[in-house]
Amino acid sequence: MFDFLEGYDLLGAFWVTVQLAVYSALGSLIWGTLLAGMKVSPVPLMRGFATAYVNVVRNIPLTVIIVFSSLGLNQTLTISLGADVIEDINFRLAVLALVAYTAAFVCEALRSGINTVPVGQAEAARALGLSFTQVLRLIILPQAFRAVVNPLSNVLIALTKNTTIASAIGVVEASYLMKDMIEAEAQLILIALVFAFGFVVLTLPTGLILGWVSKKVAVKR
Amino acid sequence: MKPMSGVSVTKGAGDAAPAADDLVVLSNVNKHFGALHVLQDIDLTIARGEVVVVIGPSGSGKSTLCRTINRLETIDSGAISIDGKPLPAEGRELARLRADVGMVFQSFNLFAHKTVLENVMLGQIKVRRTDKKAAEDKAHSLLDRVGVATQADKYPAQLSGGQQQRVAIARALAMDPKVILFDEPTSALDPEMINEVLEVMQQLARDGMTMVVVTHEMGFARSAANRVVFMADGKIVEEATPDQFFSNPRSDRAKDFLSKILHH
Repeated sequence: MFDFLEGYDLLGAFWVTVQLAVYSALGSLIWGTLLAGMKVSPVPLMRGFATAYVNVVRNIPLTVIIVFSSLGLNQTLTISLGADVIEDINFRLAVLALVAYTAAFVCEALRSGINTVPVGQAEAARALGLSFTQVLRLIILPQAFRAVVNPLSNVLIALTKNTTIASAIGVVEASYLMKDMIEAEAQLILIALVFAFGFVVLTLPTGLILGWVSKKVAVKR
Repeated sequence: MKPMSGVSVTKGAGDAAPAADDLVVLSNVNKHFGALHVLQDIDLTIARGEVVVVIGPSGSGKSTLCRTINRLETIDSGAISIDGKPLPAEGRELARLRADVGMVFQSFNLFAHKTVLENVMLGQIKVRRTDKKAAEDKAHSLLDRVGVATQADKYPAQLSGGQQQRVAIARALAMDPKVILFDEPTSALDPEMINEVLEVMQQLARDGMTMVVVTHEMGFARSAANRVVFMADGKIVEEATPDQFFSNPRSDRAKDFLSKILHH
């Protein structure tokens, strides 16, 4: 029944998907945290930049961002992100675009988490003589992160599915392979089901595990 | 910034030149919340080792006054200096000064994601750069001093209000502050827990800690204060020793206030 899978590197394609998701998740977590930090900073320029960034980036379709990273950054500005083979260049460009896009959502999730931390926590920290970055790093963000594990897990699931758009610039991940197979094979519904199942296998545990983590790390007040 | 020059100008002019043991000096401090003039021409000097209790009706500006001393509230005009140094603007200098000024809040504000022990160690390690072992030893001995040694590994939410507030006092003490500000430290506590906190504060007062205490606890004011400052409508209406103030208040506003709280 699953003969049509023969000759295709299904696991390899999903492995690329996993790599895209993991690298982009790490990158967007870091960049999104920095953006959230800027958004609550006392420096107006930083606040303005973060607000503008989030509002611009989250309102542009991801496809446009990914295609721009290939056509604009790579082909026009010849930025190759340190890679020399085209596969690597495209992979890195896709990660860059996914990070740039997802960070806007991470930032907004985190900012809502920061709003759950009572203002007294920051006051007590400042009263001890901690600097702004120390207050953010040691007191506010740890509590904010614990409050937004669930929203962040939604962002992570969306990110995993968004990696399929990397196929638009030729990254051979799962959905790229799916298009190949649809052109060459007859079992259209089965192919769709196989790939749908593959993504559920990736994202379902993510949601379940992070849901459990969310309860585990919740800050009791 | 204006307040920076305030102290030296005052000194030069020769009026109310701060004496050697004046720790906190507020001169001509004004603050508005929108149209509300919450602090009006406040002059207050707190000597080293002195316990000053600030009382007054709600909305009289006493909490705001307390919070201006470590710049959790900014002021519109006037000058505040601590240990001879004018209060700096936001930044590294201010952080350094805040480390020397302990603060105890009405709502405790213990760091909810850290254990009791970590709460008391944090400032020592991150601000004072004490090594971990020494910070831990000091935290244990301070927790012992305020009577919550057995709770060291619990999280704040697992403690009663009275215990949390005593931990908050230990957290402030861990910085070896020159002065501790208490902003209504017992107002959020159940009645049976008020005394355990007041006892710790009384002990501190006896040990010679400089304290500014905003409170509604008249018993504490009577027994522990060197001086009572009575505030109403953003002004300091009366300053006196507790004996004078409670037995023979001069202003009508204070008489009215005392008659409302003492007769029931």
